[in-house]
Amino acid sequence: MPASASVAYSTAAFRREREGDWQAFEALVERLERGSISRLSDEDLLALPRLYRATLSSLSLARATSLDAALVAYLEALSMRGYFLLYGVRESRLARFARFFAVSWPAAVRSLWRETIIIALLLALGTAASWWLVANDPAWFHALIPAELASGREPGASAAALRETVYGKPDHDGLSIFATFLFTHNSQVSITAYALGFAFGVPSMMLIFYQGLPLGALLSVFWDAGLGPDFIAWLSIHGTTELFAAILAGACGLRIGTAVAFPGPRDRLAAAADAGKQSGAAMLGVIIMLLCAGLLEGFARQLVQSMPMRFAVGGGMLAFWLAYFYVPRRAVRDTQL
Amino acid sequence: MTAAPAVGAARQAARRNAKQRRFVTPEGIDLQLEIASAGLRFSALLIDLTLMLVILFVVTLTLVFGLPGGAGQAALALWLVGFFLLRNFWFIAFELGPRAATPGKRLVGIRVVARDGGRLTVSSVVARNLVREMEIFLPFAFLAGSAEQDLVSTATVVLALLWTLILSCFLLFNRDRMRMGDLIGGTWVVLARRSKMQADIGSASAHPQADEPQFTPAELAVYGVYELQELERVLRQGDNALRRTVADTIRTKIGRPLTGDDEQFLSAYYRQLKARMERDLLFGKRRANKYEEPQ
Repeated sequence: MPASASVAYSTAAFRREREGDWQAFEALVERLERGSISRLSDEDLLALPRLYRATLSSLSLARATSLDAALVAYLEALSMRGYFLLYGVRESRLARFARFFAVSWPAAVRSLWRETIIIALLLALGTAASWWLVANDPAWFHALIPAELASGREPGASAAALRETVYGKPDHDGLSIFATFLFTHNSQVSITAYALGFAFGVPSMMLIFYQGLPLGALLSVFWDAGLGPDFIAWLSIHGTTELFAAILAGACGLRIGTAVAFPGPRDRLAAAADAGKQSGAAMLGVIIMLLCAGLLEGFARQLVQSMPMRFAVGGGMLAFWLAYFYVPRRAVRDTQL
Repeated sequence: MTAAPAVGAARQAARRNAKQRRFVTPEGIDLQLEIASAGLRFSALLIDLTLMLVILFVVTLTLVFGLPGGAGQAALALWLVGFFLLRNFWFIAFELGPRAATPGKRLVGIRVVARDGGRLTVSSVVARNLVREMEIFLPFAFLAGSAEQDLVSTATVVLALLWTLILSCFLLFNRDRMRMGDLIGGTWVVLARRSKMQADIGSASAHPQADEPQFTPAELAVYGVYELQELERVLRQGDNALRRTVADTIRTKIGRPLTGDDEQFLSAYYRQLKARMERDLLFGKRRANKYEEPQ
């Protein structure tokens, strides 16, 4: 059958002509998947897009003309690997890292300003409510604070004892472990607050409200003993960073929750994905902030003993975060991270 | 022949299609990604969790026995940081790599992909993996915490199990097999196929034999693309008993004697059938399977 023989020749020729390109592309992809793009020579870099397009065009030809299932499967797999390599990551890790700090993190936090205000108000509400309760009836204190957390700081304790908890001698041995524990524990709580935001943001808001309760109760106790500013200074040294981070984590959770509950004109899936994109970068930042807070709490709080200095460190950190996040800067499109 | 095989074939094709998603590259080619099944996802997770446990175990042993006694504080601090990093950044760090897959995902052959066809951003990967905290680790932590304080009652165990079940079933109840993290991160998990180039068994030059059987157009008109590709699979597998069965089935169908070299017969039939059908393809005629009328 001459006709069929000549057609068989043509698909075989299609393969013979192009398989060199496919194999060259496969070898390049293999190398790229193993190492970084900087290890390719200039010729290889120039060949990469040409070979990629050649492979993709072969795929569409093969789908239309060839019935060789193994060949089509090979080209599909190779095209997919090539696509994700070429379009996946266009920058080195270092450049992505730099951009995260310069652009993405502050931009993500700025876009959450509405949620941040709501969560901050909730935290203030929790604090005020428990302060009011304890100020009116000290019995509330034990309901709001577990005994091991209070460790002697309770209504009726002497002013001297309370002063000792704020200005006590630093325990040098335990500092590093204490800082690490605080960091990992607080981060885990923040991550949980974020993840729980999925349930329409309600758990995130509740978690933040609860965080304010022991704060208000302790404040009330110290205020009664005339040690209010001392306690606030002691707390602010790490507290401004830590509470800010907790508020941002709650805000991220709330953003996800509201996106799922009220997607607006977009469909629910797109809204959720958008919220995830905005909050993901902010959450990474929250973990970094909590690392700073852990270091401040573990080291600086014990080493800095005077009230004005404590206020200076705490206030300085707060001013730094506010400036870093909210001071307007030249607009850079953040679509790249 | 009854209609049952046709229905079966159609159902199988539909099942294959149900997992395929359009994924058009900027060059205008549809890559037809295939969603990874729940089973694959679960095995990948199990592999990852096992690896993490092994690493945690090894690190703990080294810190306990490998360090001098005085370094206890530092060791504990290191362990805490290590545990935190492992728990939260194992998945994130690996999914940000060029293969967008953890070791477990790589082993079962799946990867993470941005649903909108764009790049997988750091934000998406962080978001999809921090939500994992709620899906997997929280129920465990809850159980462990209540066990520690002797509070573990049947009710808490049942509630924690129910929680995990509901969350893992979320993945089963949508056809894109998205868990909650995928929903938030805007991602999909798809098959990362890797296949080697295989020999061209369809070209005439592969086995130049003068005495191979020649088939008439009528003999070649009994099958469609599906049968052709199943025949290709049989030829590539190299299972002799299977070849005998298939060769005899074809011989019966086209009315040839049940004798001769099976491999020679099958590869000759495959080559001529493929050549004929590829020529038809050029004229826009495609016959999906043998139940379809030839055009």
